Amino acid sequence: MSAGSMLYFNVNDGFLEGIVRGFKLGILTSADYSNLVQCESLDDLKLHLQTTDYGDFLENEPSPLHTTTIAEKCTGKMVEQFNYLRAHSVQPLSTFLDYITYGYMIDNVVLLITGTLHERDPEELKEKCHPLGKFDAMGSITVEQTTADLYNNVLVDTPLGPYIQGALAVQDLDEKHIEEIRNTLYKAYLEDFDRYCRTLGDATYEVMHQLLGFEADRRSINITLNSFGTELEKEDRAKLYPRLGLLYPTGIRTLAEAEDPDSVQAAVAHIPTFKELFSQVGYDEDKSLEDAFFEHEVKLNKLAFETQFGYGCFYSYFKLKEQEIRNIVWIAECIVQDQKSKINQYINIY
Amino acid sequence: GDVYKRQYQRRVRGDVIFFLIRLMQHPTLAPTSAPWANDTTLAGDWFYELTPYSWGAIGASFAIAISVAGAAWGIFITGSSILGAAVKVPRIRTKNLISVIFCEAVAIYGIIMAIIFQSKLKDVGHFGDFVPKDYYSGFALFWAGITVGLSNLACGVCVGITGSGAALSDAANPALFVKILVIEIFGSALGLFGVIISIVQASNADFVGNGRSK
Repeated sequence: MSAGSMLYFNVNDGFLEGIVRGFKLGILTSADYSNLVQCESLDDLKLHLQTTDYGDFLENEPSPLHTTTIAEKCTGKMVEQFNYLRAHSVQPLSTFLDYITYGYMIDNVVLLITGTLHERDPEELKEKCHPLGKFDAMGSITVEQTTADLYNNVLVDTPLGPYIQGALAVQDLDEKHIEEIRNTLYKAYLEDFDRYCRTLGDATYEVMHQLLGFEADRRSINITLNSFGTELEKEDRAKLYPRLGLLYPTGIRTLAEAEDPDSVQAAVAHIPTFKELFSQVGYDEDKSLEDAFFEHEVKLNKLAFETQFGYGCFYSYFKLKEQEIRNIVWIAECIVQDQKSKINQYINIY
Repeated sequence: GDVYKRQYQRRVRGDVIFFLIRLMQHPTLAPTSAPWANDTTLAGDWFYELTPYSWGAIGASFAIAISVAGAAWGIFITGSSILGAAVKVPRIRTKNLISVIFCEAVAIYGIIMAIIFQSKLKDVGHFGDFVPKDYYSGFALFWAGITVGLSNLACGVCVGITGSGAALSDAANPALFVKILVIEIFGSALGLFGVIISIVQASNADFVGNGRSK
């Protein structure tokens, strides 16, 4: 924390930092989760959620409830909070909050393209999009055939425009290439976000660099693991790794050569964090690598709140809220499908 | 080429400064209003060009102005955090006003000192009527004002930042507030140090004059 940030931060952003820390106090704790896992039905769940920060948000839903409704409403609450912060913010916090939405925008773009390829109804697709990632040209994605068209007609007016640079070589928008496009967009987004955070000062950058770096490493590992058995060439795969994180630049080179899951583990073993995460997966049968990554992400996001006078807490709050929504949906699904043995596999936050 | 250019520029600068110094030492250009006009000291004479009144008055204004800047700075830092945190946790509102009061105290120190300095300023005449004691008093009041002003600026900012942390921590965990309050108390002692030294500095300030204009 440099002196500058402590002296001037509160002029524009002190109030909103207080607000977001207030929001954070409403995140479900282990006591809340232990109440939720004992619920017998979704109506029970709704009753228990009324005592938390969620309040009466499910009041007007007709019973029987569905898990999708619960997920939608929880996300709606998060979006309300985001819109409140965004409306009250000034530069540079407003740009920072906009950057948070770009990740969701990328997911929406890919969802719409995939949906179109499978000939789904455009209206239905729009409803499935994440509300934080809405942009104006969403309706016109459905008719695009090539990447160049996608860029010229849709993305160029959105903030995602510059991110398509690496993917313009990919000609067709079809099943095979859509993941490549997603990963290219996301790689450019992470690098751009990191570059932007560097201009925001030490307090923000120290936290965000670590968080974005972990996100980049996780993506690199996942891309590698998911590419075994597909047609993705090693050189193409190497182009998708973000130039960020603990694995950049040496770990990425080894990762690009990896041929099977064991060599992936060997490639990242020189970093204690990942060695630990991989070994956790080895010990515990029920735990997948994704779960280990989620847990570590929660840990990093909780640490972000230790820094005052920085923007990291805004980003972390929304990541933690997302994890909370995933937890609630997991618990709801276990209740509905009567899988009580697996119900404790949510990730505790506080 | 660049190295030689820099050396040349330094030489030119040195020559210009030397010339100005010799110019100032010329009898017709040296300040005559100072009691020691026949000395050829250079920059020191400029301090005597201003009357002790101006030194003293500037000191009094710095005492209050910079102290108030410090208090205001501290109050907005802690106030915005209290506002934000109190939306979710309204119980912190009353307790955290203590931080604001600590910042305010800093401004009050400035007022006290400014009143003390102002009361020491007296009309004893003009150039020619001043004695060394008057010059001493003018300088003493000026630097006493700087002392208390800058100490209070630092103190106000310190208490404000700590108070901001106290508000956010209190919202999360009520047990933390008193512990952080202790840090604020240490911080507000800084302003007191400035006041004490400033009083000592100004205590011997007295305008006497040589009596000829009365």
